[in-house]
Amino acid sequence: MQNIQQYTSRIMRHIRAEWQLYLLLAPTIIWFIVFLYVPMYGLQIAFKDYSIFKGVAASPWVGLEHFYTLFESEQFMRAIKNTLILSGYNLLFGFPMPIILALGFNEFTKAFFKRTAQTVVYLPHFISTVIIAGIVMSVFSPSVGVVNLLLVQMGFDSVYFLVQPEWFRPIFIGTGIWQEAGFTSIVFLAAIAGVNPSLYESALVDGANRWQMMWRITLPSILPTIIIMLIIRIGNILEVGFELIILLYQPSTYETADVISTYVYRQGLQNAQYDLAAAAGFFNAVVAFVLVLTANTISKRVTKTSLW
Amino acid sequence: MNMNLYSRGDKFFAICIMVLVGLFTLSTLYPFIYIAAVSFSSGFAVTSGQVTIVPIDITFAAYDRVLSDPMFWNAYKNTFIYTFGGTFVSLLIIIPGAYALSRPQLKGRRFWNFMVAFTMWFNAGMIPFFLNMRDLGLLDSYFGIIIGFACNAFNIILLRNFFEGIPDSFTEAARMDGANDFQVLWKVFIPLSKPAIATITLFCIVARWNGFFWAMVLLQDEDKLPLQVYLRRVIAELTDDEEFVSSTVNALYSFETVTAAIMVCSIVPILMIYPFIQKYFNKGIMLGGVKE
Repeated sequence: MQNIQQYTSRIMRHIRAEWQLYLLLAPTIIWFIVFLYVPMYGLQIAFKDYSIFKGVAASPWVGLEHFYTLFESEQFMRAIKNTLILSGYNLLFGFPMPIILALGFNEFTKAFFKRTAQTVVYLPHFISTVIIAGIVMSVFSPSVGVVNLLLVQMGFDSVYFLVQPEWFRPIFIGTGIWQEAGFTSIVFLAAIAGVNPSLYESALVDGANRWQMMWRITLPSILPTIIIMLIIRIGNILEVGFELIILLYQPSTYETADVISTYVYRQGLQNAQYDLAAAAGFFNAVVAFVLVLTANTISKRVTKTSLW
Repeated sequence: MNMNLYSRGDKFFAICIMVLVGLFTLSTLYPFIYIAAVSFSSGFAVTSGQVTIVPIDITFAAYDRVLSDPMFWNAYKNTFIYTFGGTFVSLLIIIPGAYALSRPQLKGRRFWNFMVAFTMWFNAGMIPFFLNMRDLGLLDSYFGIIIGFACNAFNIILLRNFFEGIPDSFTEAARMDGANDFQVLWKVFIPLSKPAIATITLFCIVARWNGFFWAMVLLQDEDKLPLQVYLRRVIAELTDDEEFVSSTVNALYSFETVTAAIMVCSIVPILMIYPFIQKYFNKGIMLGGVKE
């Protein structure tokens, strides 16, 4: 008892002495509780029959009912499949591109060209998804879009790309690469900048050409960065750019375009099935959490440094 | 590296690289040029498939149409409110928070830091966040949008790491002069951290300017919509608008030119701050070597 009293009084003295520090910290902590931790408490509706009138706490428990419903629903299983497929393709085609770009930039000898090219390729990262989607829609428009104008000129029929499920994946992946490859290359460029210049000098003395230097020095030197980035990407495999999907998909392309987050959005926010959608979101969050933790552990082993 | 040291094979290699990177660069640039060309072309030129790179029948009709819509100006004004109000509130929370989290004398520092970092790995998701905003009475309000997205773990950790890198001697010297925490933060930390704070400010501005999903979900009142949501509505609603369907021939503007004009109006402010972004985001990425 006395210990507790002593302890509390010590804490009180500390807070009195350092109250300014806690005052400065308070807004951040309050914000995190109100906007991020209260929703975590609200996640319990995934196991409840949520009623708007009863609220989160008073709604009756239903156990795993929503999860049974989800795993029996074709739509949800399709969403899981599409998420994995889109992420997989994104990894396959989207991952190497920034590395290639960074290696390319590194070979540029004229600073002006290098700077100009970088300025251009970083730009799409800073453009809003709505604009990106707008650009995709107008470039692929069936009647006046430039892609179809080209196809017609070459003697093909024009294609209504955005209503055909088989075209959704290539368009989505392509747009992602177009938007992010340039910006992501910064990470690899930073790694290249850290390569010890004496390695190149001795290679030069040994008569190595540029291609050999890139292949034998630059690439192996940035391999740790590549591996870390790869692990991060695999850890985030459930994350797909769902904002772009919401803007580009339509019922006729759901078959290939509907992913977990768009499913949650439709069931929850458009159809007001909050509990079911929260269950889908919960499943997503837990799997993502495990994946990211695993990725972090692996990266710790591989590189001896934690990502965080 | 010295050009003289290049062999012929190296030159060939360099040219191949230039061509490859050049092609990627051009294909990044082209859609923007295309949109700009469409926005300055006549509706007829676009609908008859003449516009590919340069504007045809140059006209400002689409811009006239866009700029004469009071809803457009209203959306523009709202985006400014969300961007600057939101960025201001973000800095007001993030800077003091990052300072406190960087101080060794803070009790439970590991716990508070974990509490912030944990949200990067686990997130309650869309639905609980939405229901929480509704329970807080923050639906359909300027304040809800501004406060609800004011903070995130990444920015706090980024700035905290920067603050941790400031040598103790600075803090101690200020302490000797009798400065309290507010003064240390204001007179020592903030002036020393201008690049880091500039980076975070730009991250906030860009995120706010481009933010659309939650504005679309949380706002119902048309008067409160930001530019991005307005643009989305225009794209969705004008597609089968009578005005456009019936006037494809000889029209000065069309659905395509009007939406392109709005897109250009939305991109221009980002282009205006782009030089600053370029200056700071490289640093931001380096700073973002986020470590616990």
